[in-house]
Amino acid sequence: MHELSIVTHVMKTLREVAEENHLHAIGSVTLSVGEVSGIVREQMLDCWDWFKKRDELMKDAVLQLETIPALTYCSSCGRQYPTVEYGKTCPFCGSKETWLLQGNEFSIKEIEAE
Amino acid sequence: MKIIEVNRAATAANDKDAELLRAELRDRGIFLLNLMSAAGSGKTTLLSRVISDLRDRVPLGVMEADLASDVDAVTIENLGAKSIQVHTGGCCHMDAEMTREALRAFSLEGPGIIFLENVGNLICPAEFDTGAHKKVMILSVPEGDDKPLKYPLMFQESDVLLITKTDALPYFDFNLSAASRRAEALNPAIRIFPLSAKTGEGMEAFEEWLLSEWEAFLHA
Repeated sequence: MHELSIVTHVMKTLREVAEENHLHAIGSVTLSVGEVSGIVREQMLDCWDWFKKRDELMKDAVLQLETIPALTYCSSCGRQYPTVEYGKTCPFCGSKETWLLQGNEFSIKEIEAE
Repeated sequence: MKIIEVNRAATAANDKDAELLRAELRDRGIFLLNLMSAAGSGKTTLLSRVISDLRDRVPLGVMEADLASDVDAVTIENLGAKSIQVHTGGCCHMDAEMTREALRAFSLEGPGIIFLENVGNLICPAEFDTGAHKKVMILSVPEGDDKPLKYPLMFQESDVLLITKTDALPYFDFNLSAASRRAEALNPAIRIFPLSAKTGEGMEAFEEWLLSEWEAFLHA
């Protein structure tokens, strides 16, 4: 349950943001989550709902997860392709010398608060 | 309600904690290395060797983090290093706060080198800054030379890659130059040391690196 500790990290960061901006209630939180970041959406949402009730600042906050598609670069032929569909092997040339360009992001994009 | 653009890493609070801890440890003269690897890569064997070789030159300590630790702390202590076991209570990685708590219970007041043996896992330990001054990744020969392709973040984040169990090279299809090339493609600055803690081959180069980093840390 990687998500459990990740939620506590996100909340800790949000408490800092709230303090810096003098906020007392957060209504929604949008996270940017890469398609292959390893975050399991359902678990994130469950952990969020469990933790938020225990925090005055976030008790009504809705969690929104925005997906960033995963793209892989092939260093053999120089082309890019969608990671989830083709995995490690380049669909153009069959090479396995491929690298993830984007898709492992995990960040707090924005919040709605007062 | 208003919209506030945050654009901050989800782990930003941990990153800040880690920076603070790193600075505190620097003041105390404690050089902390975060050792990351899969389970069974030979961390404890490697550390036993390093302790035997260097115990007379620098005070050493080991923090062993695991879900429920299985290290023989007595073995480490008998070799002449301080040790502590950290049970992460099911958590798959160490973060800065956990590291700080563990250090509080540690009897090495400093100065010295402490190795943090992170939880055996190639994924999330790479995402969480522990406050260590250097990150060292261990890849053992039986794990295969394709690991940089499968766990790129770990290789991108590490300062040093130790390729361990090189005494087993004749028995595995592990291509040392392919593994090095793949790691360097992800992280051109990474230092790579192939070694065998069992035979001692290659240990000297790593230990020289460690001592020179330690000297540089002390005089920075």
